[in-house]
Amino acid sequence: MSLASSVAPAPRVGAPARPWLRFAVRRLGRLLVSLWVLVTASFLMIHLIPGDPVRAALGPTAPASLVAARRADMGLDDPLLVQYWHYVQHLLTGDLGTSMISQLPVSQIVSQRLPATLQLALLAFVVAIAVAVPLGVSMGVLTRRGHGRRTELAFTTSSVVVGIVPDFLVGVALVYVFGVNLGWLPVAGNDTPDAYVLPVLSLAIGPAAILARIVRVEMVSVLEADFVRTARAKRLPARTIYLGHALPNALTASLTLGGLLLSGMVAGTVLVENVFAWPGLGSTIVSSILNKDYQVVQAIVLVYGVGVLVVNTLVDVALALIDPRSTIRED
Amino acid sequence: MIRRWRSVLRTPLGIAATALTVAVLVLAVVAPILWTDDANAVDTGNILAGPSGDHWAGTDNLGRDILFRTLVATRLSVELALAATAIAVVAGLVLGTAGFVLGRRPGRLVSAAINIAVAFPGILLALFFAVVFGVGATGAVLAIGFAGAPAFGRLTQTLVAGIESRDFISAARIAGVGRLRILVRHVLPNISEPLVVNATIGAGGALLSFAGLSFLGLGVQQPRYDWGRLLFDGISSIYVNPASALAPGAAVLIAGLAFNLFGESVAKGLGVGVVGGIPALPPVVPTLVTDEPLIEESHQAGTDLVLDVRDLEVTFPGARGPIRPVRGVSFAVRRGEAVGVVGESGSGKSLTALAVSRLVGEPGRVDASRLDLLGTDLRARDSRAQRQLLGTSLAMVFQDPMTSFNPTRRMGGQLAEVARHHQGLERRSALARAVDRLRSVRISEPERRARQYPHEFSGGMRQRAMIGMGLMGNPALIIADEPTTALDVTVQLQVLDLLQAIREADGVALVLISHDVTVVGEVCDRVLVMYAGRIVEDLPAAALSGEALHPYTRALVAAVPDMDTDLDQPLAVIPGRPVDPADVPPGCAYAARCPLASERCRVEDPALVPAGPGHRVACWHAGEPIDIEIADREEVRVP
Repeated sequence: MSLASSVAPAPRVGAPARPWLRFAVRRLGRLLVSLWVLVTASFLMIHLIPGDPVRAALGPTAPASLVAARRADMGLDDPLLVQYWHYVQHLLTGDLGTSMISQLPVSQIVSQRLPATLQLALLAFVVAIAVAVPLGVSMGVLTRRGHGRRTELAFTTSSVVVGIVPDFLVGVALVYVFGVNLGWLPVAGNDTPDAYVLPVLSLAIGPAAILARIVRVEMVSVLEADFVRTARAKRLPARTIYLGHALPNALTASLTLGGLLLSGMVAGTVLVENVFAWPGLGSTIVSSILNKDYQVVQAIVLVYGVGVLVVNTLVDVALALIDPRSTIRED
Repeated sequence: MIRRWRSVLRTPLGIAATALTVAVLVLAVVAPILWTDDANAVDTGNILAGPSGDHWAGTDNLGRDILFRTLVATRLSVELALAATAIAVVAGLVLGTAGFVLGRRPGRLVSAAINIAVAFPGILLALFFAVVFGVGATGAVLAIGFAGAPAFGRLTQTLVAGIESRDFISAARIAGVGRLRILVRHVLPNISEPLVVNATIGAGGALLSFAGLSFLGLGVQQPRYDWGRLLFDGISSIYVNPASALAPGAAVLIAGLAFNLFGESVAKGLGVGVVGGIPALPPVVPTLVTDEPLIEESHQAGTDLVLDVRDLEVTFPGARGPIRPVRGVSFAVRRGEAVGVVGESGSGKSLTALAVSRLVGEPGRVDASRLDLLGTDLRARDSRAQRQLLGTSLAMVFQDPMTSFNPTRRMGGQLAEVARHHQGLERRSALARAVDRLRSVRISEPERRARQYPHEFSGGMRQRAMIGMGLMGNPALIIADEPTTALDVTVQLQVLDLLQAIREADGVALVLISHDVTVVGEVCDRVLVMYAGRIVEDLPAAALSGEALHPYTRALVAAVPDMDTDLDQPLAVIPGRPVDPADVPPGCAYAARCPLASERCRVEDPALVPAGPGHRVACWHAGEPIDIEIADREEVRVP
């Protein structure tokens, strides 16, 4: 708060535009700083690896001349700052380097693999929200003010347990039940629509349970708020009170906490893809780490990181739309 | 400490989690001693066999027993998880206390770094570090440890911040004790408990993450094996022998859950009070004969009653039996009349208002022998007609206008909603009415204001908007519960003036609840004085100074400083404390604080009886002279 605004009330005309502007500037600033940290970290990754990454990738039998040539190609013999400068320059032009193993441009590998991962993450996101919000709201209404203690205990316990189970174990269990035992659904690849069911479920179930629990807790506390009493004093129908007044306020806090969860889903695809042989970035990064194809690893880490940052930013923007006060909040 | 641990063991989940954690730890110690040979024994006749009598969970591709391998793998899995957790905690402590040790500016930089790192999911950080530290068990321990560090760093930071401002830390600082020494001697011991609890939960997470990395082939490498590695080998043969994947999977799950839930149960350690149902209380003796008219004949009442309340009781369940904060309240409000309700906090005045307007929610219970608004019995079950009556004829104004509006919705919409639901107006015309109502409560530029959110309004403006919201219908009664308490003194008068003006213009009745006897005396025609959930006096506002009969009313009036108050003397207060609704004494509740109290007062509760025109009082010694000297000298404090 500036001195002026604390001394005298700021002119009201045009005032609503300013919190938004400040919010946008602040949020963009944080995004840029995080991006810079991410780019720097992914650049440093190759240099933090003990030994020569090129030698490691090509193996001990590769001739020294080939290693030297590759090192020269990649500019690994330049001073670190020069390399950093080139790295950032290349990134800005969309050049992610060349795979040391397959000799393909990394950008080509990434763009081939990215859509499958995006589909998986987005579908799981939608499923998690579609399950968690109605479940959390109805549980909140059912267990408000000490109602339904048994329901509350059962719901909380089961959602805690389900929330802890890591996505890849959910995946293994689903493979066993629906693939091996019942034989209803395919357990590998993404060739048919029904192949999406199990991977999406494995990714969505855990976050949905946690999110539903958060929504319930928020709902219960929002239902105690003064403005809900006001809404009741207006004698609005229960549906309007719960969905129109309580829900948007419950979502504010739920989204803040849920945001972390959802960005976790972006990275969660890595494990799930490996359970279901999903042809996305997750299976590629693991095979690239094992093959020591560091250029590819570096690029995919960057892509995942950007994905997380984008999700976090979108969550903050959604928050600002739902609850305009969050634009004023200092972080 | 011991008692708190015992309370952990009291919940079924806590018992189960503790037992599982102990079992996992014991298994980690004994399993490799007992079964290493069995786990490594190669049975070439039984390769990739399903479960059988010899091999309960079948065998792997070398014919080794899956069950024994899973059991033996407990030690390595737990060891690695604990090592990773230790790294995470230590690194987190360093990060989290850096601000405390280094001072403000470098501290801010560290916390910015933590904030950025925390935004990235653990698995991503773990992959990053796995690349840096190399594939294998050591690399994975370091990777998972460092990936967990930012979260622990933030936790430590929060805990340190919570304790930093405590007196004993400041005292140590003033005494010139070095920062590092303060940290080790004073700060860390005080945050160790939550840290240990979170480390336990963290160990569960590390166990699961480790299984994840090994499952990806990035963790433990052959010939060593942990659960993740077994799962990695087992998933490829899940069609041949499902148990080869399910057994290690189940082990990971059980151990991860055990640590996690054990930590959570310990965190919840302190017992949580349970609120049960409401056992029935015997009804209180009616404080007045029901047939007796509440308003005297001379006032020509009965036909134009807006509100008629008799024997109103509000009951809540309490830890030691039901609590009844409102114990039989009877009053009536006529058309256009302004009735004030005064009393100390806890006297039941706000609950009376909520009960009358049917806003006491569960688990509270409202009973009355009569509760009529405009001749309609409000005790009947919630119906559409009743909702419509209450929604349009009764307006509520609450104490805190800051929290009484929905922060996520525009003001205009919040007002318009009333008209849309109860008067069936279209969105546009409802909004037009809202703008009109805002104008009527003297809000300038109502069109623009209607598009704003509550936080863009000032406090007084919000309270006027709240009144405007009540005017969306055609209220016959406004119930205002401490409408000016949360406002600046300068704004209080505006709100009171507005209420007065509405009353005069439309003949709307007003029930004004306040702890401020002056406000009530100025605005209202009649005053109800409440004490410990009862009306102790009902008198014309004009009679407040001079003609009040109840010693409590007289004390309230005397406590107000006026122009004649001797400023050299301390302000008069009522000695003693208000009655706890959970523990109402027999007899007159005010007896303990009353200068006139006699033996009878402590035994027999006086009923509210007529004491002159428009005047009722509940006191055995109504109007008897009080020895002011004694009352004043007894426990006079400056508030």
